[in-house]
Amino acid sequence: MSIDKETLIMILTRMWIIRNFELKVMEVHSAGEFSGAAHPYIGEEAVAVGACAALRDTDYIAGNHRSHGHPLAKGGSVKKAMAELYGRVDGYCKGKGGSMHLADFSIGILGESGIVASSVPVATGAALSAKVQGKDFVSMVFFGDGASNQGACHESMNLASVWNLPVIFLCENNQFAVTTSYEETVAVDHISDRASAYNMPGVLVDGQDAIAMYEATVAAVERARSGQGPTLIEGLTYRYEEHSLGLGRVRRGEYRTTDQIDEWRKRDPINIHEEYLINNNIASREECDSIASDSEKLVDEAVDFARNSPFPEPEELFEDMWANPIPRP
Amino acid sequence: MTQALFGEAINQATIEEMKRDERVFIMGEDIRRAVYGSTANLLAEFGEKRVLDTPLSENGFFGAAIGASLVGSRPIVETLTSFMWVAMDQLISQAAKMRYMFGGQATLPVVYRALMMYGGGAAAHHSDRSYPMFMNMPGIKIVVPSNPADMKGLLKTAVRDDDPVIVFEDGTLAGMRGEIPDGEHITPFGEANIIKEGTDCTIVAIAGSVNHSISAAENLHKEGISVEVIDPRTLVPLDKETILNSVEKTGRLVVVDPAHKVCSAASEIASIVAQEGFWSLQAPIQKVASEQVHIPFTPSLEKLVYPDVIKISNAVKNTLED
Repeated sequence: MSIDKETLIMILTRMWIIRNFELKVMEVHSAGEFSGAAHPYIGEEAVAVGACAALRDTDYIAGNHRSHGHPLAKGGSVKKAMAELYGRVDGYCKGKGGSMHLADFSIGILGESGIVASSVPVATGAALSAKVQGKDFVSMVFFGDGASNQGACHESMNLASVWNLPVIFLCENNQFAVTTSYEETVAVDHISDRASAYNMPGVLVDGQDAIAMYEATVAAVERARSGQGPTLIEGLTYRYEEHSLGLGRVRRGEYRTTDQIDEWRKRDPINIHEEYLINNNIASREECDSIASDSEKLVDEAVDFARNSPFPEPEELFEDMWANPIPRP
Repeated sequence: MTQALFGEAINQATIEEMKRDERVFIMGEDIRRAVYGSTANLLAEFGEKRVLDTPLSENGFFGAAIGASLVGSRPIVETLTSFMWVAMDQLISQAAKMRYMFGGQATLPVVYRALMMYGGGAAAHHSDRSYPMFMNMPGIKIVVPSNPADMKGLLKTAVRDDDPVIVFEDGTLAGMRGEIPDGEHITPFGEANIIKEGTDCTIVAIAGSVNHSISAAENLHKEGISVEVIDPRTLVPLDKETILNSVEKTGRLVVVDPAHKVCSAASEIASIVAQEGFWSLQAPIQKVASEQVHIPFTPSLEKLVYPDVIKISNAVKNTLED
């Protein structure tokens, strides 16, 4: 499969945006600039970026609690995402959602979810609507290895298969549900093996390789858009950081070794992609470095934007409850 | 005016709304063969694409309805209250919360029609009257029709509303036949119905308990007691003005609710009147709701659980004692 240069550069750009976004979030969160949980996507960038590169703006995605990577991978606003983490009015959800509920309906981001696997039926329903309305959009849902054990996931895969829906189930297997290894909790060797129970293709992909993720997703999207139904893709990946910011301070037991983390860091998705670009004369080292520093600037601007955006006024409390408002009890 | 059964009213509303708006589709378990009656003829009229039989995966398809509603469809889901527990994550974490937590970006025109099959030996798992639990959670509109005309008019409003709505269908009304106005019949949300005017005591009754309250009021009339009967018709939104105005006139309130009495819809209505209508009251508010036990199978015990005409009449008399 040939990928055009523009897409290859966009993939690098978006991975760098996510990487620098998350590094900055860790910095300002530990400095106490905002509170609440935040789940860094560092190490997993190739999964969402490679997959989203295969989508159109009119296609839909839904995500999970490790929530910053998906909207940024689909071209979401860095400023609005950061302002949302800061709880400000200029955030994606006017500060009402926070880190785990980023959404941008204008570009098909149907929202991240704090409840594991909860957005899997939702994304399946978007695909159902495509079929019922006779439209050609597809939907994709990101969920983790932990979520793959939820009933919602299994029910949705079965529904999508019996109804032949244009949906891509994208499992980002970062191997640990908080501290519990998928090897202890998943009854098959690979989560993608579960696809056979639902009579759909199951594809195991190197989740550190953005191009591999892109290619697998392109095939799944083509399948979905041409009416052949859903696909389960498992991107095998690794999170470098703790499950959630702040959790390192309260966690008591070790669950993975520094050696393991170091091994995975050697297969860093950004390094792998940059090497590909440089070795194939698509971009120079300098060009890659300038993409990295541009993304840093973008993130710094987003932090400034967030810091300068006001908190919502008290009268905002009752806004956005209803599309057709009713009297307050 | 034409006569229709409760289920026929549901069927009429569904057919009219599906004809009016192509975005409306319906899904549920065994609806193509209309096991519960109210989806009769839909498959023939609208075809397989808009009339979907689902696997027994409530969490999955309740959520799929939400997702479909976000991107341009207007789904109706048929279910039983008993099965809503299986899908609570989708109902609460997504349907109720999505619009607010996404800062108003999400619009969810989805209707859940939930049949409450109590009072007929369905036992503990199949007799739930669960609307109070959903009243406690902001974000879902709650409809509790008590007759065929309201059933039709409120369901049509539910389908046209842009927010998630649960229509609780009282199975004890399955055999109820009633007049339905000809032509386009729409019943707005948040407008209580004063079914019978009276001066001595107000009864606010919910869903199937409305008919029992009307019977109680008729019996009491023979004893010279004038009772006003109000049906709120929707619990979210709740027309508290009509209730407060009535209590201001009668000075007495009995709230009748087929749900379990603790934290019931009756509890909420009683608390509103206690807080906002206290100075109108001439007697303590009486709550007649289901006993706080599970629904026993055996008829000899089940009949003891729910509000009935005698319990309601006694409650009214209690408010009139010196």
